[in-house]
This record gives sequence, structure tokens and C-alpha cells, in this order.
Amino acid sequence: MNVPVEFYMVLSGLVFIIGLVGVLVRKNLIIILLSIELMLNATNINFVAFSSHLGNLSGQVFVFFALTVAAAEVAVGLAIIIALYRHHASINVDDFRLLRW
Amino acid sequence: MATFVFLYFAAVIVMAASLVVVLRNPIYSALSLLVMFFHVAGLYVTLHAEFLAAIQIIVYAGAILVLYLFVVMLLNVKREERFNQQGPVALFLGVVLLTEAALLAVSRGFTVATPDPGREGAAVGNTESIGEVLYSTYLFPFEIASLILLVAMIGAVILSKKGIMESK
Repeated sequence: MNVPVEFYMVLSGLVFIIGLVGVLVRKNLIIILLSIELMLNATNINFVAFSSHLGNLSGQVFVFFALTVAAAEVAVGLAIIIALYRHHASINVDDFRLLRW
Repeated sequence: MATFVFLYFAAVIVMAASLVVVLRNPIYSALSLLVMFFHVAGLYVTLHAEFLAAIQIIVYAGAILVLYLFVVMLLNVKREERFNQQGPVALFLGVVLLTEAALLAVSRGFTVATPDPGREGAAVGNTESIGEVLYSTYLFPFEIASLILLVAMIGAVILSKKGIMESK
């Protein structure tokens, strides 16, 4: 336990920002979902680092729950992508303008 | 030595995460995400969270990523435009977040909470101790998690089944 917890915070912040930029920049829906996974992993790194730093197991339990939510999000998100592709024959976010103002 | 190991994992994680966003082919993006998942698992091992490292590899790399690859190959999208016109907005937001984080780090000087001396010696990361916490303190959220998974399963079936909505 020699590495200070600040290093983990910096790493987690970097990965989170990369994921955020990926969600905003990319057009492919699948890449957008992958970027959301990046953000979830960034928070998980932070949880585990603080759990180890504070000697408290609750952080690791919350990573467990975040993983559950990530699995549910992937299942529903990919089902939505398949349904969209069936209607529009595209997974480009610019092609979906039903909810656009 | 520990710092060196951390720096290796951190460098690979940041590089793989950048590749996920930058690469053109979704399959390559997913494979680079796989590299990132493995290195995050390695980071968990160095943090004495072995159970989570195993779960990370089994669930993320084994289940979630295979699902992604399955859908990518199922859809088989040919033409691919990479970035949309929100680049300046994303760049602005990323820069603002980075400067905000840097300002907070500089001004507050990273006042992280000090470890609780009473629980410092606890065996963190042991599967058995995680199970004890999970099934006692967090028993109700654990049950709710099963409900979330049930709802996601039903939702995925209904969304992807053809003609189930317009049958009537």
C-alpha cells in the first residue's frame, strides 16, 4: 500500500473524462455505450482505491452493485440498438431525429 | 516498486481508454476495452481486492464484452462516420472538467480523509469478508439488484423481440 490514493483519483478522473468526451464526440451508438462502460470503470477504480485506503469494505460492495447496474444497462442498451437498427438500418445517432426539437 | 506497477497499469488503462474513443472500427474499440478491463483487474489485485478482480474479468470481459462483440458482428455496419459536430462542445467540456479537477487539487491540496486506525488491520479484499458485509449490511440493496436484473432481462426480451408491441 505504497501508492498514494491521489494517484488513483487522478487516473479515475482521466478515464472518466475520456469516457465523457467519447459519449459526446462519437456517432456510433455502440461506441457511446462502450464509453459509458469507461465511465463506470473509472468510478469503480475510485471506489476500490478508497476502500483500500480507508480499510472499509463498503466500497467494494458498491463496485459489486455498479457492476450489476452496468450489466443491466448493457442488456437494455443493446436491445434498444437492435430495435433501432431494425427500424432505421443504421446505428448512427444523427439518423434518429424522432425526439429532437 | 508498487508505484512502478501502478504507473504501468495506469498508462495502459489511459491509452486503451483513448483508443476506445479514437479507433474507427467498433470491433477494435471493444478489443481495446478488453485490454483496459484486464489492466483494471490487475489494479484491483494490487489494491487487495482479489474477488473484484475475478468478477471484473468474468463479468466484464467474459459476459458484457462478448455481448458487445456479438451485437457488433450481428449488425455489421459498413459505412462509418466517426465523429459528429459536437467536437468543440466535447473539447470545451473536457477542458473545463480537467481544469476544475486541477484547480481543486491545487487549492485544496488533496485533503483525503485519513484511514480509520481501528479498521486498518481488517482483511480488506477477502471474499469471505465481502460476503459477510454484502449479506448483512447490504442485504436489501442486494435483493434490489436482483430485481434490477429481472427488469433488464424482461426489457431486453421485449425490446428485441420482433412484433411483440404491434401484435394487437
